[in-house]
Amino acid sequence: MNITQESAFRTCSVTGLRVHLPAQKLIITNAVAAVVFLLIGGILALLIALTRWEVVQLLPADLYYRFLSVHGTVMLVFWIVFFEVAGLYFGGTVLLNARLLRPGLGWFAFVLMLAGAVMSTLVTFAGGADIMFTAYVPLKAHPLFYLGVILFAVGALLAVGLFLATVIVAKKEKRYTGSVPLVTYGLIAAAIIAVFTLVSGAIVFVPAFLWSLGIISSFDPGAYRVLFWAFGHPAQQINLSAMVAVWYALATLTTGAKPVNEKLSRFAFLLYILFINLGSVHHLMVDPALSQANRIFNTSYFFYLAVLGSLIHAYSIPAGVEVAQRAKGYAKGLFQWLVKAPWKEPGFAALAVSFVIFGFIGGTSGVIQGMQVNMIAHNTLRIPGHFHATVVGGTTLAFMGLAYYLIPLMTRRQLVGKAWASAQPYIYGVGVTMLSLGMLWSGILGVPRRTYDIAASSAGVAAPAYAGSDVTLAIMGVGAVIAVIGGAIFVGIAVLTLLTGKKMK
Amino acid sequence: MSSLASPEKVWWKPLCRDERLWVAVALAWSLFMFFGMLGWGAIGNQHLPVETYRVNIGEFRQLTNDFNQKYTVGTQNGVPVVRPPEGGDVYLLASAWKWSSILELKEGVAYRIHLSSADFQHGFSLQPTNLNFQILPEYDYVVTLTPDKAGEYQVVCNEFCGPGHNLMVGKIIVTE
Ligand code: HEM
Ligand SMILES: [Cu+2]
Ligand SMILES: [Cu+2]
Repeated sequence: MNITQESAFRTCSVTGLRVHLPAQKLIITNAVAAVVFLLIGGILALLIALTRWEVVQLLPADLYYRFLSVHGTVMLVFWIVFFEVAGLYFGGTVLLNARLLRPGLGWFAFVLMLAGAVMSTLVTFAGGADIMFTAYVPLKAHPLFYLGVILFAVGALLAVGLFLATVIVAKKEKRYTGSVPLVTYGLIAAAIIAVFTLVSGAIVFVPAFLWSLGIISSFDPGAYRVLFWAFGHPAQQINLSAMVAVWYALATLTTGAKPVNEKLSRFAFLLYILFINLGSVHHLMVDPALSQANRIFNTSYFFYLAVLGSLIHAYSIPAGVEVAQRAKGYAKGLFQWLVKAPWKEPGFAALAVSFVIFGFIGGTSGVIQGMQVNMIAHNTLRIPGHFHATVVGGTTLAFMGLAYYLIPLMTRRQLVGKAWASAQPYIYGVGVTMLSLGMLWSGILGVPRRTYDIAASSAGVAAPAYAGSDVTLAIMGVGAVIAVIGGAIFVGIAVLTLLTGKKMK
Repeated sequence: MSSLASPEKVWWKPLCRDERLWVAVALAWSLFMFFGMLGWGAIGNQHLPVETYRVNIGEFRQLTNDFNQKYTVGTQNGVPVVRPPEGGDVYLLASAWKWSSILELKEGVAYRIHLSSADFQHGFSLQPTNLNFQILPEYDYVVTLTPDKAGEYQVVCNEFCGPGHNLMVGKIIVTE
């Protein structure tokens, strides 16, 4: 069969985009897997958050540690990466009017990822890996845990390779004219960072696997940390780049915004590729193995050029929306364009809330804690406080916003419960903001992360620690409940649309 | 042209005035932060004096035992209270899930505190001061510390180190 043939395509009646059917199937399947892991992670999120809220302390200690281990992995790795793979296939085929090069390879990658994800999740639930997603040696998990992560990473690497090959062949086959769209450009940036990241992941998890089998006898914990964070932090840069690409997409979808200057936006993505990985070392800032010179060097230098990239996007996305709105006639005064923005459109709501949480809480707390006050922030709740603003309030919410368009477009079903979808980003946003600020604030008071209770350390000593943390942990707990409700609304809409949404022609 | 469609052939157009202004301000800010990191380290004297050595776990345990034996002045809840000589070397060994001693230090005196682990990674979190260090087995992490205020401080393990992690709380007593 000639897979380039026209019958493998359909033309979307709403957008006019041409959709390669084998790609469509893979996009839907990866997105469904993503949502399933989001659901698992969300249920666990509620349980662990209600445990960290000291007055509630829902779970016993062992289950808290176990569920925290699962929550970290299924959310940060499985939900995010499955969705990113769906996004890559979308950006590499539909937006380029192109075919997916080797759908068979895409399915092989999916099976590897799913098998790996299920394996390590089950092993952890069964008590075989109560060691957190960071898996710091010499804490040891069951070998199948490491094997699961390795399979997942190999599958993801294949998917990324397939995406890059698809983009290259699309150009060769002249599927599009000129350059790739900006959104695809941002996704290519994410994919390039992903190659480096996933290779680092293999470099750390393969020896850890062999060590857990007893084939190699020791694994230096300092070296492990360097290698792990060459994987763990760049993984967040994939999320950053993908999220910004999704922001541009949502701005266009909901307001018709155009990039105000293609050159500037693309240059900003280039800055990510070149410089952002340098930030990774902030995880090691209070480790024994690094010299003082190394620390100083690593808190300054080119990392700030990646910050410059973010500042550029922070300008050009709102600017694009403003220009588009003014062109529609909302030109009165300074802010009519903003007031008249489509606040009730789910994608715009998700864009706006994600942009604000990421920018004002996530990005700033990251630069401050990672680089500047590392020593008073390390391993306190400030750290999860920071990344729940970036990867949850920012990336996850942006992805949810995109899903409100991607799911109907790919499944040809009408979105179920549009009014709920319009409210969802706000509910989720309020929840995540409280969750994140509650954590940040608790961390400023010294409250450690990953710690079942702080009672042992707030009693029996003349200088009680964490004064005021009862309030800040309550803010976190209430925020968590609201955020989980917001997350549940999203999952409900996604599942119902998939199963019961009205068929579009 | 949109962010979802291929742009027209030539999209390499110059920045407009607002864009140039924004990029200039953002770049200036980034450079300020860049040099700021160097500057604050130097001017603010913020970087803790730390040194690191390789150490064998058995060796460090021996050093800690000798240290405890020599300078123990009592016990609290079964944990030795140790008063090191002023300005001397102090050995604190973390293991699942306890600290090797309760230290009694003197205000205004600099101590060389050796931190290491007998098993997993642990965290040294001094509360309520909120100073945090990562402790790894096989590394002797020497932190030079001068207590500046008398009182009791908690030493909380803030790196997950197994099911008893939350119980791993120790103490430092600073006397006048
Ligand atoms: C409704 C949403 C969520 C809530 C209420 C929530 C809550 C929490 C809580 C309470 C912790 C434990 C903090 C601690 O005790 O140290 C945690 C950890 C974590 N969460 Fe979430 N979370 C949510 C969503 C997410 C999402 C969407 C992601 C990733 C995309 C994520 C990634 C993580 C990670 C990586 C950790 C750290 C695990 C570790 O320390 O090993 N969370 N979360
Ligand atoms: Cu510990
Ligand atoms: Cu611990």
